Amino acid sequence: MSFLPYAVVAYVAAIGLYGVVTSRNLVHLVICLSVMQSSSYLLLLSIGSQKDASAPIFADVPLGTRAVDPVVQALTLTDVVVGTTVTALLLALAVQAHKRYGTADPSELRPERR
Amino acid sequence: MSDRVRMGVFAVTGVGLLAFLLWGLAGLPDFGTYRGPYGDILNRIAVPERSATDVVTAVNFDYRAFDTLGEEFILFAAVVGVTSILRAMRGERTRAPDDEAAGRRVPETSLAVRVIGLGLGPPTLLIGIYIVAHGHQTPGGGFQGGVILATALLLTYLSADYATMRRVGPTWLSELAEGMGAAGFALVGVAGLVAGGAFFENFLGKGTPGELLSAGTILASNFAVGLAVTGGFALMLSEFLQQTLTRRRGRGRRPRARRT
Repeated sequence: MSFLPYAVVAYVAAIGLYGVVTSRNLVHLVICLSVMQSSSYLLLLSIGSQKDASAPIFADVPLGTRAVDPVVQALTLTDVVVGTTVTALLLALAVQAHKRYGTADPSELRPERR
Repeated sequence: MSDRVRMGVFAVTGVGLLAFLLWGLAGLPDFGTYRGPYGDILNRIAVPERSATDVVTAVNFDYRAFDTLGEEFILFAAVVGVTSILRAMRGERTRAPDDEAAGRRVPETSLAVRVIGLGLGPPTLLIGIYIVAHGHQTPGGGFQGGVILATALLLTYLSADYATMRRVGPTWLSELAEGMGAAGFALVGVAGLVAGGAFFENFLGKGTPGELLSAGTILASNFAVGLAVTGGFALMLSEFLQQTLTRRRGRGRRPRARRT
């Protein structure tokens, strides 16, 4: 079953993308995007994982204990932070779009007529 | 684009994307068999070299600190973006709001929520500071602790109201924290350049592993980032809350002078 985490990565990415494409609400769309992005967290952590290894924290365990890759964990932290801030930015845009057009349905948004 | 066309395009491109994704995933090493070498090297050297028992933080704020600086400025840019997007139409928001549930009265906050929110405030602050300060030893750091600290501000909103939250954490203070934190983190890098010859060189004494004052610049970076994240999230929270609150206020309930 060593492929199972990767299968979950593909599934989460696919279902997130499906949600983005079929979304009827901008807030829902942004959440779907962050679901899709969370597949990248899983992918990064899966790549760095090792059998019978602990977290790369040596506060309580002696140095030399088998531990998972800290680099991908650090990258995941970066990923989470960037994902959160982008979500906030998109939600701000959704708020403004709703105020301007009176709808949060992306298919009802029309270009401004001048 | 009609729904049918959109689903058609999605079906074709989605299948293609999924095929590429599975192809790429198939080329990865089996789950659980990490081949290294960087992770293993870092796990071996981070404690002797930097006295940081949390290797993830050592990677984030020392070995790959330049990367984290970029991340920090993505956060900064997003906060600036949220603030300016939500500010752009400020003049328009002062008129009567067009809320869909115009007749619905907003219920008062219950006493239970007020008391528990108030009681949770100080412990949340303490945990936030603890997480920031011990980032180099145990899981945590500036990003995680900063978010917890911003949550403490949100608790004042829950237990009191928006005006009180703005008194506790006014915009100028959040902006100052965000700016000072981001600049402070960059300055840690520049100080490394001046004192050690390389950007983000860990020039401070590394101390003893397990002690609070250890790991050199990692500790300083954690505090700077914690400050920036606290300020940034506090700013975003109050911007979003203001969106709902100005609408609510415009309905004639509890009219109050704007505090911004």
